[in-house]
Amino acid sequence: MPLLEISNLKKAYAAPDGGANVVVDVPEFKLDTQAQVALSGESGSGKTTFLNLIAGILAPDTGSIKLNGLELAGLRESARDRVRATTIGYIFQTFNLLQGYTALENVLLGMSFGPGADREFAKALLKRVGLDAKLNHLPRQLSTGQQQRVAVARALANRPKLVLADEPTGNLDHTNARESLKLIREACRENGAALLLVSHDREVLGQFDAVQELHKLNRAAEQPVS
Amino acid sequence: MTLPLIVAKSLRQHLLSTVVTAASIALAGGLLMAVWVVKTQSNDAFTKQNAGFDAVLGARSAKLQLVLNAIFHLEASPGNLPWTDYEDIAKNAAVALALPIAVGDNYHGYRLVGTTTNLFTVEHAPGRKYRVAEGEEFAAGYMEAVLGSFAARQLKLKVGDKFHPYHGLNFDEKQKHDELYVVIGILEPSNTPADRVIWIPLEGIQNMKGHDAKSAAEISAVLVKLKNPIAGRGLELMYNKQGNRLTFAWPIAQVVAELFGKIAWFDKVLELVVWLVAAVATGSVLASIYNSMNERRRDIAILRALGARAHTIFLAVVLECAAIAVLGMIAAFAVYLGITTVAAHIIRTETGVVLDAFAWHPILAWAPAAMIGLSALAGVIPAVKAYRTNVAENLVPVS
Repeated sequence: MPLLEISNLKKAYAAPDGGANVVVDVPEFKLDTQAQVALSGESGSGKTTFLNLIAGILAPDTGSIKLNGLELAGLRESARDRVRATTIGYIFQTFNLLQGYTALENVLLGMSFGPGADREFAKALLKRVGLDAKLNHLPRQLSTGQQQRVAVARALANRPKLVLADEPTGNLDHTNARESLKLIREACRENGAALLLVSHDREVLGQFDAVQELHKLNRAAEQPVS
Repeated sequence: MTLPLIVAKSLRQHLLSTVVTAASIALAGGLLMAVWVVKTQSNDAFTKQNAGFDAVLGARSAKLQLVLNAIFHLEASPGNLPWTDYEDIAKNAAVALALPIAVGDNYHGYRLVGTTTNLFTVEHAPGRKYRVAEGEEFAAGYMEAVLGSFAARQLKLKVGDKFHPYHGLNFDEKQKHDELYVVIGILEPSNTPADRVIWIPLEGIQNMKGHDAKSAAEISAVLVKLKNPIAGRGLELMYNKQGNRLTFAWPIAQVVAELFGKIAWFDKVLELVVWLVAAVATGSVLASIYNSMNERRRDIAILRALGARAHTIFLAVVLECAAIAVLGMIAAFAVYLGITTVAAHIIRTETGVVLDAFAWHPILAWAPAAMIGLSALAGVIPAVKAYRTNVAENLVPVS
């Protein structure tokens, strides 16, 4: 059974003219346990909305999202929050670290809404991403690459079955991007988590065996300019 | 651990507004508690204060003026009464002790009160008499003075010092008497208005040079201790209803309570004002948190993306408001002690009535509970805004 199984997923927003602006229309998508899949998506392809639907941040208008056998589409918001806290890790392009919290506290927060704070595991994760000497540094005291690594450790903090990564290297330079991607993939593998990564960077996409084009997957996506 | 951490971090991140808002709570809470305690303690202290006596006999006047003059050593004397009136009441079977007093002079604003050595036999509180702590009691007919403890401290007079009294109840350096008095004793603190009096033999006031010759056979009032306080009713009937020359002010507590009854409306206005101040301060918590919601949206969205439930965020905002009030109310106790200490000093200096800033009063529990509760309630409005924060929209960038 796939870890993630999506069918007939639709999400629309109200358009200024009063009509519906369909952003996501995905007939079918599957992701196996511990698989690592990249989705290539340009701006306007609906990739963030698609990931937010899988994460339960947004509720679909119609369709089904089954994660680890659990149907998310019919769940109430608080139940989806619970699923996200226990099953999903999320890496953002802008890292989205909490600026008032140290690296260690950011990772501990990633745990505390789910399985509960485990200081030793949080330290081990930060050590794994090479930040064991920066545990008590605030995000502003870290380089961009180091902030991304904190975000990776935080995404794995709740021992997720699925890690979602939205343009995780978009804010990094070439060298940092390559190292960061390697780290994300290795860390997911070591922790038994599947990885669903969205990017428009050809070099990033080139690292993956399985790449799907979001504008083909999502019928509502704007078609790329050729 | 999560909620306290989120609250503590948020308070720290918005340190300036936290401090300013907590300070407004501290001022309002401190003011609220201080006004309440000073008001109720003053009321209690004045109405329960009788300096060891049950009644006052004096010239025909308002009872309140008589009590304020003879017991609290405030106000002017309503007039004198002949010595024979003292002798009459002293012989009355219902009277345990009658103490004549004469006033009319001061030393740097502190009243000289002439009386007999019977003063030292009066129990001003159960088991406690007016006792000399340093030196000795004055002797009748001598130019000797025994100072109340507060007067001695304020005037910096000690046993052996000498001074010239001044005529009148208010200090006027041109009104100096020729007589020279020696401080022979200092009373131990009694926490009564007697502490701010300079006690001298009755004859000293009566025979002071410059006083009306008539006053040698007159006194200002008689302080009366009854064998049974109920017996005051008969004396009241005799002096107030059947006679028209003297006033018998009894019971003292009721006379003073009438004063507080007359200014009860002022108490109510004061209460209303301090509650309004408290409401405005808790409103400042609302304004402070609500105004910062825009800059908090991203943090809230991140917390939600990490799995925090909407009601957790709601609770965190309410707790933050309550935490600001807790910090404010801790500081409010310092404000309270500051205000009550100053107020107690002023009241003691002006009236001799002692207030205790450290005494327990239920408002010291009610005010913090009310301020914290109101602040938490005020926090519900920004908390609803936080609860409704759109997570996806605030997790930029979106494509």
